[in-house]
Amino acid sequence: MLKTTAASNAVQPAVSPAPMLRRVGQIALAVVVGGLVIIELYPILWLLSSSFKAPDEFNLFPIYALPRSLHVENYLVAWTTGHMSLYFKNSVLATFPALAALIALSVPAAFGIEVLRWRFSNTVLLIFLAAIMVPLQIVLLPLFTIYTQVNLLDTRWGLILTYTVFGLPLTIFLMVGYFKALPHEMFEAAVVDGANIYQVFFYVALPAVMNAVITVSLVQFFFIWNDLVLSFTFISNTDLRTLQTGLLNFQGQYGQRDWGPTFASISMAILPTLIIYLLLNQFIIKGLTAGSIKG
Amino acid sequence: MHRMLRDWRAVAVFVGPALLLYVLIMLIPMVWSIGYTLFEGSPIGGFTFVGFSNYIHLPTDPKFVKSLWFSTAYALVVSSSQIVLGLLLALLYAFYLRRASALVRTLVFFPVVLPTVAVAQMFVKLFEIAPQYGQVNALLDLVHLDAWIQPWLGQGRSAFWVIAIMDIWRAIGFYGILLYAGVIEIPEELIEAARLDGARGWNLLQFILLPLLRPMIVSSLIFSLNGTLKVFDSVLALTGGGPGTTTMPLTLYMYRMSFNENNYGYGSTIAVFLTLECLLVTLAVFRNARRDAA
Repeated sequence: MLKTTAASNAVQPAVSPAPMLRRVGQIALAVVVGGLVIIELYPILWLLSSSFKAPDEFNLFPIYALPRSLHVENYLVAWTTGHMSLYFKNSVLATFPALAALIALSVPAAFGIEVLRWRFSNTVLLIFLAAIMVPLQIVLLPLFTIYTQVNLLDTRWGLILTYTVFGLPLTIFLMVGYFKALPHEMFEAAVVDGANIYQVFFYVALPAVMNAVITVSLVQFFFIWNDLVLSFTFISNTDLRTLQTGLLNFQGQYGQRDWGPTFASISMAILPTLIIYLLLNQFIIKGLTAGSIKG
Repeated sequence: MHRMLRDWRAVAVFVGPALLLYVLIMLIPMVWSIGYTLFEGSPIGGFTFVGFSNYIHLPTDPKFVKSLWFSTAYALVVSSSQIVLGLLLALLYAFYLRRASALVRTLVFFPVVLPTVAVAQMFVKLFEIAPQYGQVNALLDLVHLDAWIQPWLGQGRSAFWVIAIMDIWRAIGFYGILLYAGVIEIPEELIEAARLDGARGWNLLQFILLPLLRPMIVSSLIFSLNGTLKVFDSVLALTGGGPGTTTMPLTLYMYRMSFNENNYGYGSTIAVFLTLECLLVTLAVFRNARRDAA
């Protein structure tokens, strides 16, 4: 818009330079946009393509060369000797139970805070929000002490519990926002029709916020799946390491010698997020940006 | 009719479990952490009460000062770049690409969802020097800029920039969309009117767009600073704070103090300092924004 009005408002000379100018503008725009997309995506494509290189390709050709083979063995090595299968399992077994618990706790809580009428509802919401501002580092040490004493340290349950609770503030905050946007008459109408409050929640409120629940779950999925600091702190047992902590160590153990399996394991860690992003990117973008600006 | 919505038992059933867990796992530890700052030692070695000496020790601890400097420099460089580049992206989306921008927005946003560790390992490979040149050194080799080939992550100064570049690269798609949402909310007529009055290009940006985008820019800046001041994952996965302690942010120093040196008291003091710093920076940005707007 800026360019075209600038050109058309100019005093028209005998031969108009406008098409020429527009052409230059379009080329410049294409270069900028192309450069941008290359900068943002090339490293990832390079990573994925390098994960198929045979060992000697790394020695014989420059690192930017395209793979000359389809060396799928890299993935097998990463999956077995690199223990990626174990880390994957651990990540799945920590992420999904935590997500389920998080939703099961926070959706009713948000309903209780926003829809039910009671005196301290605003205070309780503020107490939950306090944690959004506070760096989680301040919670780590006491939690470490507590977990040591109740034997939750170095267990899957401890990690699931931590993910669940750390996800509560943002999830409750977002869900309260969604409940607020609903017309409250629909709840009152259901009450008049003789539904009790639990029926109102399950048959009226929950279906109305189902889309929001999906969006919020996606956001929390990425937070939990990509977490490093919590699993790094509370898990030291090699057999319970998640994908992120496992990958951190994979680098140290094999990274220097075997680039192929290293690239394959990094690619594997990226693939689930890539697939989910391909399918649901609009939900994800909306969820992640909504979660930030209010938080 | 409203009686049912005021039922205390229902409140307890709906809000109770979440609140209970939250208080036990987050709220009590927060307060507990402040208590730790008055002690020295750890649960294993035992604690001794030391009053405020942990706080007094902070400014005289050269490692702390160094970490604070790293964190501050990192936050300033990364947050300002994220916002400025994000703003440029938002303008590109809104005024140059317009309807065609959905695909570009989606592509550029993608790195945001990737796990930090994986991205960091990718960057290690990009900037590798041995046993083989990574992308950057290989390209320098290709164009015969041999003098520039270096162990990027093996020197404090260049490692700082690799960490910064990675976190900027990862996040600009995010800030681009955040600010784009602000740009498209500006009424079309307002921009048209300004154009008719002769405002275009830089003038349009300076006098019309930036003032209208101010609230959005301020919230983005606060969000960004709260992330960069607490940087942990990127540094841990890229350099581990090294070489030596040259890229050690406060969060990692706190971590090493607590878990490697077994000094929970001092570690907690650093955590409390970090908390106060984040709060103060947030308040300062808010107040500045309000004063400028008035």
